[in-house]
Amino acid sequence: MRGPLSELPLVFDRVSQTLGGVQVLRDLQLTIAPGAPSAIVGPNGSGKSTFLRIAMGLSRPDAGRVTWGGQTDPAPRRRAMLFQRPVMLRRSAAANVAYALRQAGCPGHRVRGRVEELLAQASLSALAGRPARRLSGGEQQRLALARALARDPELLLLDEPTANLDPAATRAVEDIVRNAAASGVKVVIASHDLGQVRRLAGDVHFMVAGTILESAPVADFFERPAQPKTCAFLRGDIVT
Amino acid sequence: MQDGSTAWELVVSGDPALYAIVQLSLFVSLSAVAVASLVGLPLGGLLALTRFPGRGALIVMINAFMGLPPVVVGLTVYLLLSRSGPLGSWGLLFTPAAMVFAQALLITPIIAALTRQTADDLWNEYRDEMNAMGVTPAARLATLLYDARFSLITALLAGFGRAAAEVGAVMIVGGNIDNFTRTMTTAIALETSKGNLPLAMGLGAILLALILAINAAAWGVRAIGERQAA
Amino acid sequence: MFKQLALVLGLTMVLQSVSVAQEKSIVVASTTSTQDSGLFNHLLPLFKTKTGIDVKVIAQGTGQALDTGRRGDADVVFVHAQPQEEKFVADGFGVKRFSVMYNDFVLIGPAADPAGVRGSKDILAALAAIQAKGAPFVSRGDKSGTHAAELALWKAANIDVSAMKGAWYREIGQGMGAALNTAKAMGAYVLADRGTWISFRNKDGLQIGVEGDKRLFNQYGVILVSPEKHPSVRKDLGQAFVDYLISAEGQAAIAAYKIEGQQLFFPNADPGQRS
Repeated sequence: MRGPLSELPLVFDRVSQTLGGVQVLRDLQLTIAPGAPSAIVGPNGSGKSTFLRIAMGLSRPDAGRVTWGGQTDPAPRRRAMLFQRPVMLRRSAAANVAYALRQAGCPGHRVRGRVEELLAQASLSALAGRPARRLSGGEQQRLALARALARDPELLLLDEPTANLDPAATRAVEDIVRNAAASGVKVVIASHDLGQVRRLAGDVHFMVAGTILESAPVADFFERPAQPKTCAFLRGDIVT
Repeated sequence: MQDGSTAWELVVSGDPALYAIVQLSLFVSLSAVAVASLVGLPLGGLLALTRFPGRGALIVMINAFMGLPPVVVGLTVYLLLSRSGPLGSWGLLFTPAAMVFAQALLITPIIAALTRQTADDLWNEYRDEMNAMGVTPAARLATLLYDARFSLITALLAGFGRAAAEVGAVMIVGGNIDNFTRTMTTAIALETSKGNLPLAMGLGAILLALILAINAAAWGVRAIGERQAA
Repeated sequence: MFKQLALVLGLTMVLQSVSVAQEKSIVVASTTSTQDSGLFNHLLPLFKTKTGIDVKVIAQGTGQALDTGRRGDADVVFVHAQPQEEKFVADGFGVKRFSVMYNDFVLIGPAADPAGVRGSKDILAALAAIQAKGAPFVSRGDKSGTHAAELALWKAANIDVSAMKGAWYREIGQGMGAALNTAKAMGAYVLADRGTWISFRNKDGLQIGVEGDKRLFNQYGVILVSPEKHPSVRKDLGQAFVDYLISAEGQAAIAAYKIEGQQLFFPNADPGQRS
């Protein structure tokens, strides 16, 4: 299950991407190294989701180079991604996790045990037999996280993981993410929720108009932003 | 079947000839659905999953073939299976196997086209997750067909309905042989030609009731299955 | 789930075709008149009891039945159009033709009888009257034995029906029963074999116009398809069926078949032909 190759560092070298005539990423330069969670913040349309899709290997950039642990092959080895609106397979919660495990190459005799562990980690043990599509939004998000963790990722990409959740569900998701990070998974999280960024992230990358304007440790980012646009963004102004 | 009996009397008295006909009709049409599914389900799924030159033309062709006239299919299979035809040595003409073959050919496009439509929609929904999970192409196909299983019941029912209702193909390749290749529809055609219109109508009503019952059963399976699994 | 279902069905099919191949059975291409009249339902169980041979009958028009034999898809043809049967044998597709039985054709017409032919014993005069009145006439138009006989009668009456198509002369291209149903629905005349007519159950409003003319004689013949042309022909079983039809026992069985007290077919095999 564990590939010999590492996913890290993830390096974006002058990456550009145009989608439907709009330049979404512009000469983006960023290195994601092992460590505490990295947060990508920025206004809507700044390119965060496109960045995550390329980081996951789901899209190829028009220009520039992306490498994972020095490799250019975009096939996901030990990466996983949590989409803003995760899609539940039309099966039970347990079967969703089992599916992800099998796709990640988990040997058949270990699937059952791992499903139980992962569901317990996501506090979903009681709902194991429930059809996944009947779960609440928060439960689905936790299940999607369990599915992502089933890949035993080294790099976990989260796209607005709590955008539509109430505070209790948000806390539940954040707890799982924090535990994963504590166990050595490198988390990259794109989020609107600056409070969440403060709670989870170790460093912050501020993205505007497809490029990284400022990168800083979380405390510095909020207390001593270097760029005028960052200050404006943190004040709540509209930044483009 | 006794001439002069009404269909109702045949049902009530458990007429063996009637039951043999009903049994053969169901056997032939259900087998045709099974055979057509083996080709149509993967074909429809692959068309949803892949992009290649000529894919659009192939989809248009399969959609058009949903309207294949049964007599044309029957005649084609007849010429193939005839002793003078390329597959004549199989000796299948005028047997139930030939009828299954013809009906399977008739409904494969229906199952493939409806499967592609369903699988297309599902794939749009699943694409990112599957790519992120690194799902292999073969597993993608299996997952789409499995997860669309309740919608695909409709595709199979459409195929079954068409097979069970057609007379043109089974008449030509089966020959309407008494107690061997006579189905509900060819029996209805025969009774009509004998001027026995009430019996023909009665058989028609039985056929309709059977198709209704199978649809109701499939509906039940779908409703229960969806509640429990999806 | 689907795979298992398919496997089971596939196995059933294989087993079924194997069991079919092992049992003693032949395919006979015959005409709608012999089947629709119920003759086979009477005759075949007797034959099966005697020989153990299962006869599978494909009921087609004579032209199509001969074609089925020509392609090798039947072991025996049992039809009623002597010139075509003789050509079938002469072309090498059949071993030998045997006369089996006859019945006769009857001219059926609407009860109103617009051409005024009822009770006549002269079929040619009746056809001329139909043409003169332009009364609707339904033709099988399917190259069956009945169709061939009908065309021969028009020719004998010196009437060119090919020019009348679409006017009062209507070719429907279907079997005897369908032709009777159509004639009833449009109040038309139609030439039918007596066997089908007697057993036809949708007669209301139709009646016999002309019968008893010698020219309405309808001869049936049986031919074993040539095993030399088609090695798949089950020669011995097919020959057994032919032999039975022309045997004294078979001939008696044919004569014994009656509907509502009326004999439908009259055996006339030549005893000298028996092998």
